[in-house]
Amino acid sequence: MHLYHLTLQPPTCINQAVVGNFSGTRQQEIMVSRGSRLELLRPDAHGKVTTILAQDAFGSIRALAAFRLTGGTKDYAILGSDSGRIVILEYEPKTNTFNKLHQETFGKSGARRIVPGQYLAIDPKGRAVMIGAMEKAKLVYILNRDAAANLTISSPLEAHKNHAIIHHIVAVDVGFENPMYAALEVDYTEPDRDPTGEAFHNAEKMLTFYELDLGLNHVVRKWSEPTDPRANLLVQVPGGQSASSNKFDGPSGVLVCCEDHIIYRHMDHEQHRVPIPHREHPLRDKERGLIIVSAVMHKMKGAFFFLLQSEEGDLYKVTIDHEDEEVKSLKIKYFDTVPVSSSLCILKSGFLFFGMSDASMPLPTAFFKPRSLENLVLVDELESLNPIVDGRVSNLLEAAGETPQIFTACGRGPRSTFRMLRHGLEAEESVSSDLPGIPNAVWTTKLREDDTYDSYIILSFVNGTLVLSIGETIEEVSDTGFLSSAPTLAVQQIGNDALLQVHPHGIRHVLADRRVNEWKVPPGKTIVSATTNKRQVIVALSSAELVYFELDLEGQLNEYQDRKAMGSTVLTMSVAEVPEGRQRTPYLVRVSGHLSEKFYSLSNDFRLSVALTAPPSAICIAEMLDASIDKNRPTLFVNIGLTNGVLLRTVLDPVQGSLTDTRTRFLGTRPVRLIRVAVHGSPSILALSSRSWLNYTHQNLLHFTPLIFESLDHAWSFSAELCPDGLIGIAGSVLRIFQIPKLGQKLKQESMPLLYTPRKFISHPTNKLFYLIESDHRTLGPDVAQKRLEDLAASGKSVDQDMLDPGPEVFGRPKAESGQWASCIRIIDPVQWKSLPPIHFTRNEAAFSLAIVPFNERGGELHLVVGTARDTFLAPRSCTTGVLRRTSSQTKGARCSTETDDVPLALMGFRGRLLAGVGKALRIYDIGKKKLLRKCENKNFASAIVTLNTQGSRIIVGDAQDSLHYCVYKPPENRLLIFADDTSPRLDYVDFAAGDKFGNIFLNRLPPNVTPLVDEDPTGAGILHEKTVLMGAPHKTRLLAHFHIGDIVTSLQRVALVPGGREVLLYTGLTGSVGLLVPFVSKEDTDFMTTLEQHMRTEGIGGQGAGGQSIVGRDQMSYRGYYVPVKAAVDGDLCERFAWLPAARQAAIASELDRTVGEVLKKLEGLRVTASGL
Amino acid sequence: MSTAISGIRLTCVKRPWCNNMSSELRFTATTQTEHLHARYTGTGHADMTKYDWLTHQHRDTCASIVGHFPLSLYLAIGDNESIGRVKFEMTERMLQPCGPPPEKDDD
Repeated sequence: MHLYHLTLQPPTCINQAVVGNFSGTRQQEIMVSRGSRLELLRPDAHGKVTTILAQDAFGSIRALAAFRLTGGTKDYAILGSDSGRIVILEYEPKTNTFNKLHQETFGKSGARRIVPGQYLAIDPKGRAVMIGAMEKAKLVYILNRDAAANLTISSPLEAHKNHAIIHHIVAVDVGFENPMYAALEVDYTEPDRDPTGEAFHNAEKMLTFYELDLGLNHVVRKWSEPTDPRANLLVQVPGGQSASSNKFDGPSGVLVCCEDHIIYRHMDHEQHRVPIPHREHPLRDKERGLIIVSAVMHKMKGAFFFLLQSEEGDLYKVTIDHEDEEVKSLKIKYFDTVPVSSSLCILKSGFLFFGMSDASMPLPTAFFKPRSLENLVLVDELESLNPIVDGRVSNLLEAAGETPQIFTACGRGPRSTFRMLRHGLEAEESVSSDLPGIPNAVWTTKLREDDTYDSYIILSFVNGTLVLSIGETIEEVSDTGFLSSAPTLAVQQIGNDALLQVHPHGIRHVLADRRVNEWKVPPGKTIVSATTNKRQVIVALSSAELVYFELDLEGQLNEYQDRKAMGSTVLTMSVAEVPEGRQRTPYLVRVSGHLSEKFYSLSNDFRLSVALTAPPSAICIAEMLDASIDKNRPTLFVNIGLTNGVLLRTVLDPVQGSLTDTRTRFLGTRPVRLIRVAVHGSPSILALSSRSWLNYTHQNLLHFTPLIFESLDHAWSFSAELCPDGLIGIAGSVLRIFQIPKLGQKLKQESMPLLYTPRKFISHPTNKLFYLIESDHRTLGPDVAQKRLEDLAASGKSVDQDMLDPGPEVFGRPKAESGQWASCIRIIDPVQWKSLPPIHFTRNEAAFSLAIVPFNERGGELHLVVGTARDTFLAPRSCTTGVLRRTSSQTKGARCSTETDDVPLALMGFRGRLLAGVGKALRIYDIGKKKLLRKCENKNFASAIVTLNTQGSRIIVGDAQDSLHYCVYKPPENRLLIFADDTSPRLDYVDFAAGDKFGNIFLNRLPPNVTPLVDEDPTGAGILHEKTVLMGAPHKTRLLAHFHIGDIVTSLQRVALVPGGREVLLYTGLTGSVGLLVPFVSKEDTDFMTTLEQHMRTEGIGGQGAGGQSIVGRDQMSYRGYYVPVKAAVDGDLCERFAWLPAARQAAIASELDRTVGEVLKKLEGLRVTASGL
Repeated sequence: MSTAISGIRLTCVKRPWCNNMSSELRFTATTQTEHLHARYTGTGHADMTKYDWLTHQHRDTCASIVGHFPLSLYLAIGDNESIGRVKFEMTERMLQPCGPPPEKDDD
């Protein structure tokens, strides 16, 4: 079996963010790393952030820095990754791509201890960069310009220090003196030798300054002084003299952020120290220190300040009073509280950007009270799924044509959410109003060509036309020159300032002064179809004739004398938009009465035919940009909608006039209607069937996505002051105005807040309900918190009510000591999208697993069993007692709790009884009168059982360390026996096709000869006495497929995403990714895609050899085979990069594969669409 | 995420002696091995003690957790700590992950 890997939703976490002028204009942009993906975001003047470019790195980006050469205007980005290479990227705004300027190899790939890539520090003047590892290795590269003003990079200079663990590296601002770097290091030579442990306790954390001597071209250790042993972060302090005034920009040096305080340090200068203010929460753990997790320095003219964020989310503003290079004092002030971020960026326009690694938000202490935002205003929020803790796919909403929804439990702590992801674009409705009748079409029009907004809405009914004017309110107008007594076929703003209406009996050309020129259809005939653009009008008559009109330079509409007889009635037709600066477009497509599409050019006839499977209902020709076909010019697409709900899309070759590259897609059950609209300023096509779909260009590639909106009968673009970029549609007798805020986001999210970090959820086997358990470590449960408050009050301490009031969603909950848990269980109705009030566990009990079990003993009655534990500690795992809580869903009040000796981490219904993984033991429980009764046990597992799955009497057990075990239950002897296991040790399993915590997904299979052996052995005695192999079970599983996805798999499910489609493996990843593994159907496909993948691997960007497709220079094959070589899996993300290749390279690869470029692209799209529908 | 309870668990991520020392080096160039050891911290050798090996393993693992964002996030969620704190504590732990070294035998 071969698998094809596809990402549906790339990771949504942000672990690094930098700000810079990457386009080289005045506009500031933010570059963010989302783990294995690099994205460029652009905030607009209001702070709304849009993604301009996103690209897979095929490697993990660990550090990101921006720099600018002296005197330059453009920022470059430097990436530190796990590729063993340093990469300098330039953003090319013209082509919207990242260009790799330099890629220097310095070490082995992988996130290793002594291979640099973890830390990046760049000289503020952009002269040199230091890249550091976790231990020992630090390399300095000098950056410069050559004679042709190209960026150059030197060979590396070493600044290694053996046996030193590096905590952080930062560049020191020294103006134009020799570049200097500060590093926080700890030497482990002595502690490693001293058995008494004294050296360990006396180990000093050194703040070391390294100077790059530009004259001598080497790095020297300039200064090294011990600092606080709990220091974790360095922050650059501005320094150097400004060239014009000789004034110092700042005192230079660094801020050393330590647990509970911040120290200003500089070479040979006095140190200054301030404590970090704590929150005054009465319930906080007093023993706990506070560390700073992210920091940003902001420099304005003649002043600067720092914003530091603590691990609880509080922002502190730090300022330094200085006289030239002499620091007078250091001040710290509570600023505001926002969720904990991994990166902070301040933009020149005053916006603060938080790269939130997760949606967590804990609280403030000792000397201040947290309050709502005073200094900051939330401007824009980028939706993030990160982290996804559990996921499940099912189709619970019964709307027609609805694809299965993905339900995920996301987030952590008080910002946790339960989310539903649906395939489609979000549509935001702004107005909806009832109409007197049921219109069959709607248009909007401007009055003049240069108007910004539309002025009229025209509605066509069976026997009349209604014109509404758009102003402060939308109201009916009658003096527009439009004929209101007949239905309308087409409306167009034509020429500079005229309007045009086509109705069955003629054409009305309404001039600016309300004079009307009317063309009447010869008696006995009517117009059956019309198509228009800014200068041309074509109407088809019932006598199967085409009449052509064109606007002349005086603004007169002239009929082209030669009427074209068609032979059969024209069903539908479409004319392209007039190209910029031209008088007319030469292309008209029309479909006549019989089942073939004819293609007809206005200048010289040529006919083409396309085989159609059903009568066409609509046709639309539009010019849209698709970089996979043509990078520079828009491509002319002909879309044909059929009455059976199928859409055909073909590309019109303007040179040969031929139709190529036909792709089909099923849209819905109703005949398709096609409308050319403008969405976000670019031409798009709206295809209406039982669902509405939008065909649009996003990041230069064409996308086709359904709208999550009521099905529409007709629609048109709509632009007014309140809704400048909207669409107007009719659904029955309701007029709806809506807009599409986020193009490119193919999965729409709906979310519901939760109390604590979700752990697991299961669905009810028959009802549409979810049961979800939540638990938070280091958090006090409501009953414990209440008791502690009472104790405080009893001991005479005053409790500040203000501290207790602010909601945990904003400020989080106070951190308690380890071993304290808050936990609850809740029932969610995903159809009504609501949750029952959660039930809290009391007495420090936390839930870890749950299952719905039909107990045979009670006639298959469903019971919910929740595995909990009291006073649980994580490392090493311990608890005072585990509890299995059982509740019947049918008989009220029938509940019991059974105590166990360890934490029950996995539960499952098994043959009418309960199978439980309790610590290292696998047990079967049956229902008793008062308690659950232990029936059978197997204790031969080396580590805790974390997941269970079953096939008949076979059980697949995943434990925390040793991969999968196959067990079988033999009822006659009442035995649970392990008969096969996996050969490679792994950790933390999720499922049978399983994922581990290093980001691998793999499939295992039992050798075929084992099955009969195990199944035919009635008592299991054979298995019991068989010889063990490799210190494990007698049989070993075979690895079928293996693939590294770069994200920890939190759920795996076999599901068909497309109605009638094949089953695929859908996974959710911890950092918010959702992806698929699709088994290939044929050997042919496998060979084709494997060969394509091979070609893509060797394809370089700008001829840069290995790792060419990866912006971090990681070899794709070694990344996908991070821990175990890739097996039987093709990387679809890499293959889809084919669309981005230059046309010449595309053609070269396609010819190697004996296909055309179009065929390769079609295959890629086909694989994605048939597997996921996305 | 029940697995989170198995929380901070240190494991063998890689085997340092499997570095790309080519076979001829291993057998012939004994003079160079010392140089290689200095260069590739964590590379094992014949006289390595259990303590040394374990310490290297743990340091490698800690570095791997800090270096792989999803892993630090995973631990952070399990323990309900911020990622910054997890990374800091992991780096701190690299100093002496397995306690003080055993007393040297004199023989």
